[in-house]
Amino acid sequence: MQRFKHIVIKEALHIRRDRASMVMLIMMPVFFMLMFGYAVNTEVDHIYMGVLDNDHTYESRELVRTFTTSNYFELYSYYHDIKAIDTALDSGEIKTAIVIPKGYGSDPIESEIAFFVDGSDPTVARTALQSGSLIAQSQKGMTLQGNFRTTVWYNPSMESRQFTIPGLMGLIMQNITVMLTAFSLVRERERGTIEQLMVSPIKSYELIIGKMIPYVVIGNIDFLITIFFGMVWFNVPFRGSMALLLILGNAFIFSALAIGMLISTVSKNQLQAMQMSFLIILPSVLLSGFVFPRDAMPTFIYYIGYAIPLTYFLDILRGIIIKGVGFEIIWQQTLALTIMSILLLTIASIRFKKRLE
Amino acid sequence: MNAVDLKKISKKFHQFTAVKEMNLAIQPGEIYGLLGPNGAGKSTTIKMICGVLPPSAGEGHVLGYDLQREGEKIKQHIGYMSQKFSLYEDLTVLENIRFFSNIYGLTKKQAKERMEQIIQMAGLEGRANQMTGHLSGGWKQRLALGCAIIHKPKLLILDEPTAGVDPVSRRLFWEMLYELSAQGITILVTTHYMDEAQSCDRVGFVFDGRKLLEGEPETLIKEMQLKNLEDVFIKLVEQETQMSVKTRFDKLSFIKEGEDAAL
Repeated sequence: MQRFKHIVIKEALHIRRDRASMVMLIMMPVFFMLMFGYAVNTEVDHIYMGVLDNDHTYESRELVRTFTTSNYFELYSYYHDIKAIDTALDSGEIKTAIVIPKGYGSDPIESEIAFFVDGSDPTVARTALQSGSLIAQSQKGMTLQGNFRTTVWYNPSMESRQFTIPGLMGLIMQNITVMLTAFSLVRERERGTIEQLMVSPIKSYELIIGKMIPYVVIGNIDFLITIFFGMVWFNVPFRGSMALLLILGNAFIFSALAIGMLISTVSKNQLQAMQMSFLIILPSVLLSGFVFPRDAMPTFIYYIGYAIPLTYFLDILRGIIIKGVGFEIIWQQTLALTIMSILLLTIASIRFKKRLE
Repeated sequence: MNAVDLKKISKKFHQFTAVKEMNLAIQPGEIYGLLGPNGAGKSTTIKMICGVLPPSAGEGHVLGYDLQREGEKIKQHIGYMSQKFSLYEDLTVLENIRFFSNIYGLTKKQAKERMEQIIQMAGLEGRANQMTGHLSGGWKQRLALGCAIIHKPKLLILDEPTAGVDPVSRRLFWEMLYELSAQGITILVTTHYMDEAQSCDRVGFVFDGRKLLEGEPETLIKEMQLKNLEDVFIKLVEQETQMSVKTRFDKLSFIKEGEDAAL
């Protein structure tokens, strides 16, 4: 126990002495949250629209105004022939275009309006198509048949930010914590200090867990920073228990640090540790359900997602923040993270012991 | 009981046999020098004696503990220092000493007492709070020795401890070793400096994983009728490899030819 305590103290000293890294560790979540928080916005509005009005009547101008006042579209320019529209779409200066035929003013219901959408970015195209047809329908006075009433839960305005920000918090936490420990052991190997530890009575698990503890503290500080930016800066409503999130966050921090430790025991130098970290971090961005819904993935890929701690952490984050659920709903994810941490640390200890030989 | 007692110890790495049926007996209080060219198996032998590397075959005891099964106990009772400075450069002198005193489970009182002695021994008075990385080579090396003996080991193992250190610091270092030896500590040292080897009570020559020769330096020189230990070393290597170590500069005739051609 004394040995363990002093490994923790020594490691904390290393971190404190390395001012540049200290600043990085605090600034990274701030920087990532700000940069990605704005970038991951999947809501599309103010799509540039071109107009070819062959009618020039009050009605045709009204139709254009309905589009441009809808917030989804912004009038980019009027064009005089279909060729010009074509060129503008090709060059990408406009994403959509409407062509109003002659005689629209006298018979709006029967005339055919052409609506062009640049499909190269599906997200933009989908939004443009949906809002475009909605506007057209309301304009022609058509209504949905039948008595259809839908209600959206948790996020009634379907703001994408409420979904993406909690996910982003998890992703940033993963990227930072895995890196923290990935370098810790390998650095001692490169500097040769590991040799002196090997011939001392230190047990491999004492060394591995002892080195990890100071980073648990840093992980928690980073977690508080990401929560602050998510809730206060980006104004995502927090529906669940903050205490529960902070506690369960540690289940994730441990598992991510354990991955880093395992990387550190396997790699020979810091460059290898770096490469291996990326090998873990990159697939987890896609497979954890951060970007694409896991339900849409093929079964095999879907199950790979279960091997990634971030998958469980995203459930916990989104569950507590967006839905306000309690522990009874997310205990399985917590258990999975705990088991993973123990398993990874055990493997790391055994691997480290083997490496000595 | 011998401090180190190896009987037909071998170590295999996959296909490669680094140490072949090595016998080694070191008496308590002795300074024993392990000599041999790079890659001869010195470091592997030392790692096995430290309890870090279990032997593939053979039997061995260090301070009475079994090499195969009691590696952890061996670690608690030996001191080790290597050619590479392996203390923490971003910790102060005091922090390094404190860390190692705690790793070996010293009490607060013991730690405090020995800390002062080690600082004195290494000549680091007034520098206790300096970053270790800022110390010069000789100081670093004496500090490393201090940390290696902080737990009063009965056996001290030194793997090329003076590689790349200036002559004055080397002399100082050996004075410290004599002092430790006089206090009854057994010392096993590897070195490439033959003047250092000459200062050992006994030396053993290792080549290709085997121990070729062993004895007191003076006796070996007399027996082989050579001038010094360096010649003994070279003669042994020549015999083993059937190759002359004498320079063959004549073969480098292109140097002269090149000169002519350039003109």
